Amino acid sequence: MSTTKWIAAAAVGALLIAGQAVAADKKVVAVSIPAADHGWTAGIVYHAQAAAKEINAAFPNVEVIVKTSPSATAQVSALEDLSAARKLDALVILPYTSEELTTPVKAVKDAGTFITVVDRGLNDPSIQDLYLAGDNIAVGRNTAKFMIDKLGGKGNLVVLRGIPTVIDDERIKGFQDAIQDTDLKVLDIQYANWNSDEAFKLMQDYLAKYPHIDAVWANDDDMLLGVLEAVKQSGRKDIKLALGGNGMKDIVKKVIDGDAMTPVETPYPPAMIKTAIYMTVANIVGQAPVRGTVKLDAPLITQENAKEYYFPDSPF
Amino acid sequence: MTIMVNSTAIRPEREWNIGWTDVGPFVALIVLMLIGFLINPDFLSATNLGNVITRSAFIAIIAVGATFVISCGGLDLSVGSMAAFITGITILFMNRMAPDWGMMAIPAGMMVAIVVGLFCGLMNGLIVTIGRIEPFIATLGTMGIFRALITYMSDGGSIPIDRSLRDAYRPVYFGTFAGIPLPIIISVAVAAVASFILYKMKYGRKCAAVGANEDVARYSGISIIKTRTIAYTIQGACVAIAAICYVPRLGAATPTTGVLWELQVITAVVIGGTALRGGKGHVWGTVAGAVILELIANLMVLSDFVSEYLVAGVQGVIIIIAMLIQRFSK
Repeated sequence: MSTTKWIAAAAVGALLIAGQAVAADKKVVAVSIPAADHGWTAGIVYHAQAAAKEINAAFPNVEVIVKTSPSATAQVSALEDLSAARKLDALVILPYTSEELTTPVKAVKDAGTFITVVDRGLNDPSIQDLYLAGDNIAVGRNTAKFMIDKLGGKGNLVVLRGIPTVIDDERIKGFQDAIQDTDLKVLDIQYANWNSDEAFKLMQDYLAKYPHIDAVWANDDDMLLGVLEAVKQSGRKDIKLALGGNGMKDIVKKVIDGDAMTPVETPYPPAMIKTAIYMTVANIVGQAPVRGTVKLDAPLITQENAKEYYFPDSPF
Repeated sequence: MTIMVNSTAIRPEREWNIGWTDVGPFVALIVLMLIGFLINPDFLSATNLGNVITRSAFIAIIAVGATFVISCGGLDLSVGSMAAFITGITILFMNRMAPDWGMMAIPAGMMVAIVVGLFCGLMNGLIVTIGRIEPFIATLGTMGIFRALITYMSDGGSIPIDRSLRDAYRPVYFGTFAGIPLPIIISVAVAAVASFILYKMKYGRKCAAVGANEDVARYSGISIIKTRTIAYTIQGACVAIAAICYVPRLGAATPTTGVLWELQVITAVVIGGTALRGGKGHVWGTVAGAVILELIANLMVLSDFVSEYLVAGVQGVIIIIAMLIQRFSK
């Protein structure tokens, strides 16, 4: 990821500003994100707080405030509280839901605040100054490409879906489009709600139902943990690949260690919140132009580059 | 003399005359298995049945406790979150003690789980009885508290068990004794103890009496507060036992552990023949209910009829049909 590039950009900007020697008021950057209620959002909170700490230490004239909210309604209230207390120079927001947050974010925007939207878009794209997200279609596509290569273009697959949402649909679509013209056959596809326990049960059932499975795709690492446990218990040797997605540290560790069944990982990294915060600060501090749409790719994490995606201290 | 006659007359009825409420869940279970076999012969394979019954163990064990709570007229919505909370505490304790105590950390951790479970159950019980708060609201409150605590302890991520303990603890879920998976043995043992308490001990009668009619029970000199508090404490112990079996399965506690278990537990109890409004509890029916729930989910995956989008809906229909079969076969 290009985090270091942005640090550099921001640092250069800071030097330029320092030259002007303006001891103006602190610039306030508010970060509004969902509270940690599962692995991925826990990662978001961790990386947002890490970014805030680093930036607050590096730039004395910038203050990054991180506010977590346990629901869409709470996030709306948090926005009101944040913007009522003082003038926000920028807001970095990962909205709970597109519908409920669109109007409140517009109100903040109308007060002259720079708006950065992360991951989930608002209903009105004209509100955002910067939009940054991962690529869910690429998550599915890149995993599929690896499977096609590794299995020589043919084999039996089973797939575990998450919670019925756009995120899940896009990943599945990317995957299915990529395997369309190959001899890879999806034997079964069912929802396991991004939950390890449900994935464990579902995988047990897949194993009971199909005598020969070449590969499993779990579309998320929490589910992959359950899948691996079920495969281990069955003692079956026919499963060559079990892949996940998202970039959970336990799975990235497996990639680093050269695990045979899970040799690669596809990132949809929660660290993207950090990219968004740094870019926003680069704009405010360094006048670096950042308006636009940034789509992080989902390059395969392999043994070679896995260290870049490994955060041992993060809860995810 | 007459008293003697009376008691011998009542006894056979209670012990041998098994009513439809007792048999109903098992009939439903057998019908379901036959349907499963017709759909996919793999369904009755030893591995598949072993898997399904083993993983129904958590719900079964917790539901046995819930049979007490519901039969004495209470309700406990906090069991899922409580299971996650106890799992978290247990793993944290074991990890802390592992360097000093080695493998002894595992039994010690189990003891901690039981103590925490008893304490959590006791709290629920006291809030409901001494605090005189509706069970629905009281346990909805503690449900939120336990869920928040596990999320806090894990920073929203997961609490994995120490690598050094993992393999030693694994058999508690994956191991077998005489060919039977341990969780099945544990749940049968829990159900056996529970049915002894509920059907052979005075406390069991009190439970049913309090649930059937609170006023009559009070006039008969039964302490409502004590009876209900004990029921919630038993529930806590059952949740702890389930948590002990759960930890080795995935080796981690997360904020999504045990989500919605409370609904499965209540469903299992009701399918098992215990009325939600209280009264006589059916421990073995409850266990059958838990297995039925898990079998339905298993059947959904093994059959190819149902679109993945409709699975939950079909499950709902099957549960309602199972209940109707029971109702009309009486």
